[in-house]
Amino acid sequence: MSERQGNQGGRPVGAPNVARGFSYDEPLIFEHSRPGRVGFSLADCDVPEVDPAEVLGAAAVREDALTLPEVSEVEVMRHFTRLSTWNAAVDFGLYPLGSCTMKYNPRVNERVAALPGFAQAHPLQPPALSQGFLELAWRLERGLAEVSGMDAVSLQPAAGAQGELVGMMMIRAYFADRGEVRTKVLVPDSAHGTNPASAALNAYEVVTVLTGDDGLLHPDEVEKAMAPDVAGLMLTNPNTLGLFETRIAEIADVVHRQGGLIYGDGANLNAILGVARPGDLGIDVMHFNLHKTFSTPHGGGGPGAGPVGVKALLEPYLPRPVITRKGDDAGADADAIGADAIFGLDFERPKSIGRVHGNFGNVGMFVRAWAYLRALGPEGLRRCAEMAVLNANYLLARLGDTFFVPYPGRVMHECILSDRHLADTGVTTLDVAKRLIDHGYHPPTIYFPLVVEGAIMIEPTESEPKEGLDRFIEALLAIEREAHADPETVKTAPHTTRHNRLDETRAARKPVLRWEPPEGE
Amino acid sequence: MRYIPHTEDDVRQMLEVVGAPNTDALFDPIPLALRLDRPLDLPPALSEQELVRELSGLAAKNAHAESHDWFLGAGTYAHFIPSAIDALASRGEFLTAYTPYQPELSQGTLQAIFEWQTMMSSLAGVEVANASMYDGASASAEAVLMAMRVTRRQRVVIAPGLHPNTRAVVETIVSGLQPELVFLEEADSIEAAIDDTTACVLMQRPDFFGRVGDLRVAAEAAHAHGALLVSVVAEALSLGLLASPGSEGADIVCGEAQSFGVPMGLGGPHLGFLAARQKFVRQMPGRLVGETVDQRGLRGFVLTLSTREQHIRRERATSNICTNQGLCLLRATIYLSLLGRVGLRQLAERNLAKAEYAKTRVRATAGLELADDAPTFNEFAVRVPDSAAAALGRALEAGCVGGLDLGTLVPERADQVLVCTTEVVSREAIDRLVAALAGAEA
Repeated sequence: MSERQGNQGGRPVGAPNVARGFSYDEPLIFEHSRPGRVGFSLADCDVPEVDPAEVLGAAAVREDALTLPEVSEVEVMRHFTRLSTWNAAVDFGLYPLGSCTMKYNPRVNERVAALPGFAQAHPLQPPALSQGFLELAWRLERGLAEVSGMDAVSLQPAAGAQGELVGMMMIRAYFADRGEVRTKVLVPDSAHGTNPASAALNAYEVVTVLTGDDGLLHPDEVEKAMAPDVAGLMLTNPNTLGLFETRIAEIADVVHRQGGLIYGDGANLNAILGVARPGDLGIDVMHFNLHKTFSTPHGGGGPGAGPVGVKALLEPYLPRPVITRKGDDAGADADAIGADAIFGLDFERPKSIGRVHGNFGNVGMFVRAWAYLRALGPEGLRRCAEMAVLNANYLLARLGDTFFVPYPGRVMHECILSDRHLADTGVTTLDVAKRLIDHGYHPPTIYFPLVVEGAIMIEPTESEPKEGLDRFIEALLAIEREAHADPETVKTAPHTTRHNRLDETRAARKPVLRWEPPEGE
Repeated sequence: MRYIPHTEDDVRQMLEVVGAPNTDALFDPIPLALRLDRPLDLPPALSEQELVRELSGLAAKNAHAESHDWFLGAGTYAHFIPSAIDALASRGEFLTAYTPYQPELSQGTLQAIFEWQTMMSSLAGVEVANASMYDGASASAEAVLMAMRVTRRQRVVIAPGLHPNTRAVVETIVSGLQPELVFLEEADSIEAAIDDTTACVLMQRPDFFGRVGDLRVAAEAAHAHGALLVSVVAEALSLGLLASPGSEGADIVCGEAQSFGVPMGLGGPHLGFLAARQKFVRQMPGRLVGETVDQRGLRGFVLTLSTREQHIRRERATSNICTNQGLCLLRATIYLSLLGRVGLRQLAERNLAKAEYAKTRVRATAGLELADDAPTFNEFAVRVPDSAAAALGRALEAGCVGGLDLGTLVPERADQVLVCTTEVVSREAIDRLVAALAGAEA
């Protein structure tokens, strides 16, 4: 260490430490506050000023001081710009989070979504004034139906989990309509946690179906669990182990024979775009994750969008309103939408489960997803699946000799490794994940699916070029070598981030969920 | 394809490593009979330039707040959005990050959420706000489910004036658990409707018609029976001026914060929020961020209390929700930082002043009258001489999207227009609208 670097992790000495190079220490926005600063401007008032207490009554007016900062626009720009530099993101590089499909988010999508005709239009303006939006949504519905092999699509659910909820509600409504009492839903042990939670919100009892030794669901296991009181099976295909459920047709047959329905979790649709379609596999209802398969940004955890697709038998139960086109839909009459209008809204859906969103859903995501479909076209979509699957198999081929592979063979869009072969080093999956950070990679999904002990779930997506995968592979192999040679370094990673491992136990034991102004303020 | 980097040479080399003769062979696990034997029937790919032209053409067919003077609110509000918000929220470090499950790599997102929780809990007047919900309507449904968990009761009383779409969403989402939903009419007494089996009272303020009611009566009546008061807020800007729901006795405060820097965007993505008293924190849905330290003692933030959530508890989780509205929450946090405690109050007062001016004009105009007597914030119902549809047609000819035809959602108010006046409308536009609604020359 040179003298100039001092002794605080390389920080310069002799002045208050606000930064290490361009990694800034940044307090909470409230800690920047100085009375009298403001970051916004208001035009001169062109109407008479009023006294709120007089208009609303004194008791109705707020008296306490809000915990909001007083800062100028400059502090705001710097504060959030500095915060942003503490995040990993797809724009920095490979973000191999399994099951999340962290593909590139094209910027043209952002550009078109920000057009005033989309961004500054209102959900309750009459359909005659929203024809462009309704046309886009109508076309996206049909595009998603074609991609999935379903008969009809509703864009309304705000996220994948809400799509699951809607799907299970439609199943419930379908059986209620037929006078059938079915109280149970089958869910494989490898399923996403949202599946059983969505079933439970529909008051279904969740029956777990065990995955076979080959990582696949077996018709005989489903047969054993299937009964007249089972509404259906929720499954993900390709499943969360990255494997295609090869016996899906027989499984669907088992469920359908006893009158049950199949719910398809569309989280992993990216793997089969243009290659196979859930609707052709026997799935009756599914959701799409526009933020996975169709490139809308994850935004630090939302907003997503979770449209649902259904076979014709469930179409009457779709959320309302349904978008209609004059000429080919009964519901779109000229009187209701204006003579020039082509697209309308049908609220007269007596069997509909109702509304799950206050408006139409996350429309901004519809615009982005449609832009993505239009940018790729049919060949481009299939190319996504091919390259995503090629990337995952390439990773598995190059890492499979070194890391433990619980389910060897051809994978789809993601591959699963585990820490089993590291047992004698004391290094765990968590340590490997944290050490990857020091190599400049966001860790893969870890400890999921639950059926694999110490799972490391890697989904490279089609966005990563070969040389990017090669570097990632070298990083994992280097960590593996290091685990044997110097386990302590791996177990204490990350070493290069602003924060090293955070104390999650402390956070949960005595939760501090907001900032409190210091005494006397 | 511009989004996919693989060259043919890359593909060839990689297939060799994988041991597949061609890309079709990668899909061997999919039985042939189940594969699609034709290209997808979708329109051909567009260049970026063509794409922008096509989407711009669609966008141009929609009216919007820059093409018309805008008086349509009803749960989605046209407020001015400072430029700093788009600049910051479009940074790839925020835009293209995922849920902050790895805290060492997500401190930016996590700290912003913690700041949001602080601001929102202060606005709501209760101790804890979560990391946001899908939208105001689903947040209201989640609040009802939360109240049912807290009280272990199944009866829910809903005060009049709840947004009809919020009502519809609540009915749908809670239907699986079959609570008894009691919807009160205008004339009904809230006190009389609450009994010892009531889980909560749901009350929107300002209500759907813009009226600013008093939460205290409902809170006292609810608490007397061991029930909770759930306060629903559709116009979050009102929180900058009105006494906080928490100070008036609300136990759970939920609703829609789109007004804080999130574009109207045809109704989504918006920003649901949910806040509650500390003692109910373990029954809250959605994500929470908490403060902690790293091994060197440096302050940092993590997702916390996640044992409530679906990825841990599966079917026993407090909710099936897995995401929040991260980017919308970020926008709101930036918005509230820019406005600050002084600016937010000023802006709210400006909205109030515009509405009071508009109401004065309505009172002074023959053929128009205010439909309700109660005080309002930035939105109010106007009775027009003919039908709301006809009056709004005249407004449109005068360059105004003049409000909501209330008859479309509340049939008995078919002769009323719900008019919203935020800071974006000018005095001149208000005058023009009022004249058009009345059918008189401006």
